[in-house]
Amino acid sequence: MAVVETKDLTYTYPGGTKRAVEDVSITIEKGEFVVLTGPSGCGKTTLCRCFNGLVPHFYGGKVEGDILVKGLRVGEHSIHELARHVGLVFQNPENQLFALFVEKDVAFGLENLGVPRDEIRKRVDWALQMTGIEDLREMAPHELSGGQQQRVAIASVLAMQPDIMVLDEPTSFLDPLGARKIFEVISELNKELGITVVLVEHRLDLASRYSDHVIVMDGGRVILDGEPREVFNSETARVIGVGIPKAIRLSQLLEKSGVHLGRVPVTSEEASHVLKEVLKRD
Amino acid sequence: MIEVKDVSFTYPNGVDALKGVSLKIRDGEFVAIMGQNGAGKTTLVKHFNGLLKPTKGEVLVDGVNTQKVSVATLARKVGFVFQNPDHQLFCETVEDEVAFALRNFGFHERTIKKRVTWALNLLDLAEYRKTSPFMLSGGERKRVALASVLAWNPKVVILDEPTIGQDYKQKERLRQFIVQLTTQKKTVIIVTHDIEFVAECNPHVVLMAQGKILAEGGAKQMLTNPHLVAQTSIVPPQITQIFLELADLGLPTDLIDIHEAKEALLTFLEVNS
Repeated sequence: MAVVETKDLTYTYPGGTKRAVEDVSITIEKGEFVVLTGPSGCGKTTLCRCFNGLVPHFYGGKVEGDILVKGLRVGEHSIHELARHVGLVFQNPENQLFALFVEKDVAFGLENLGVPRDEIRKRVDWALQMTGIEDLREMAPHELSGGQQQRVAIASVLAMQPDIMVLDEPTSFLDPLGARKIFEVISELNKELGITVVLVEHRLDLASRYSDHVIVMDGGRVILDGEPREVFNSETARVIGVGIPKAIRLSQLLEKSGVHLGRVPVTSEEASHVLKEVLKRD
Repeated sequence: MIEVKDVSFTYPNGVDALKGVSLKIRDGEFVAIMGQNGAGKTTLVKHFNGLLKPTKGEVLVDGVNTQKVSVATLARKVGFVFQNPDHQLFCETVEDEVAFALRNFGFHERTIKKRVTWALNLLDLAEYRKTSPFMLSGGERKRVALASVLAWNPKVVILDEPTIGQDYKQKERLRQFIVQLTTQKKTVIIVTHDIEFVAECNPHVVLMAQGKILAEGGAKQMLTNPHLVAQTSIVPPQITQIFLELADLGLPTDLIDIHEAKEALLTFLEVNS
């Protein structure tokens, strides 16, 4: 079942002359883990803003074509309504956090939805635990480091347990191990609760292992849309300069030198596995 | 260029962010400071331009004790690009933003114009000259912040998380650009979590943990040491991860570069065929 669908979507910011998103038609199925990538300024963030109605309700501007989220036409439903279905973690956590205490920030969305108090407490505890920030509960978000703020932003969306989580470079301020832990939490939610994930990310070495669907944008348009192995191994991905995972690039370099691996590896585990076979074979 | 002598720093809220740090950074050196969130990396580099002054110990920049000069004076020598560009940008157009410090330093308008054009071209921002920085994407704003610092040509450039929000091509450009700065004998210091970027740049790496320097050395030596990596919340580069798994076949495990990796594999196949 498609949870997000856009048809010939074109959008221009108010006062803008360039189309931020142009002729985008994509389908995201329920339970997919989508990685959305492409050069900086390609329209990724704008597309994400379409999924929860920030475009056009908050930003204004001109939308052509259709955006359907869980069958709801985004233009006809408020951000508030859409927030029940779509949680958005912003690129810059400071734009998202505003409360005096971390705990308050994480509880805010639930309070707004009128969730009973006990349930709020349970979900907030759970979200803080999942993101590893239970000890920050009483801190003020603006006093935290960038990495800690990112965890709070993720926790506040997690607590809502939306059907669709859209995360715009959610771990950019985190150290590599911290980032991996967050990706694992997201992947777990995706697998166990069937939450659909749309992750905007440049660091494909880190993110591709979790994904089963990759969308690449360039100049506002979708130029690649498919399975990770196929997308990253394509000539187009190389030409527009997507940060193709090293495992794939290594296999491409070997292929050029006449060493055939038989299968294109995406993760380091897959790479060492296929390499072992080839190295032992000879 | 920069000498940190047994520096400790305690924030007003009582957090001991640095505990006896000593470090020497030479002219023209390219240094990456890495370590987990809260290790004290940003606190350390804020001492390099005098934004913070040591609670104990001293920091010398070009032989001058940072306690004895103002941030404004140090800024001419040490340019600082913040992690979050929004902490730095405030002008109405990209052009004004880049010209701001130059005007403050009292440069001639003609020189300012030239420098601004130079910096905007360098960072591929020329088309946004008259645009408000706040209309730009996160990655683009980051480049505006960098352009505004480079424009006044400081001897030391500190970049806090420069690769955040940057795509692959811009990272490659940033890398070439850092190399160019170091060949001009400028000192470049980056604070970063971007392990793949460090693997591609091959700088001198300083690893920090809990307010102390854990180890320093070449990127290869630091990033392929499983013991050090584990202590600093770093994940080894993907190439290293692949080769750590292949160790029992007798392949080297201290590889971070993809071309080096290819050569090692081809050599292995040749020898063993």
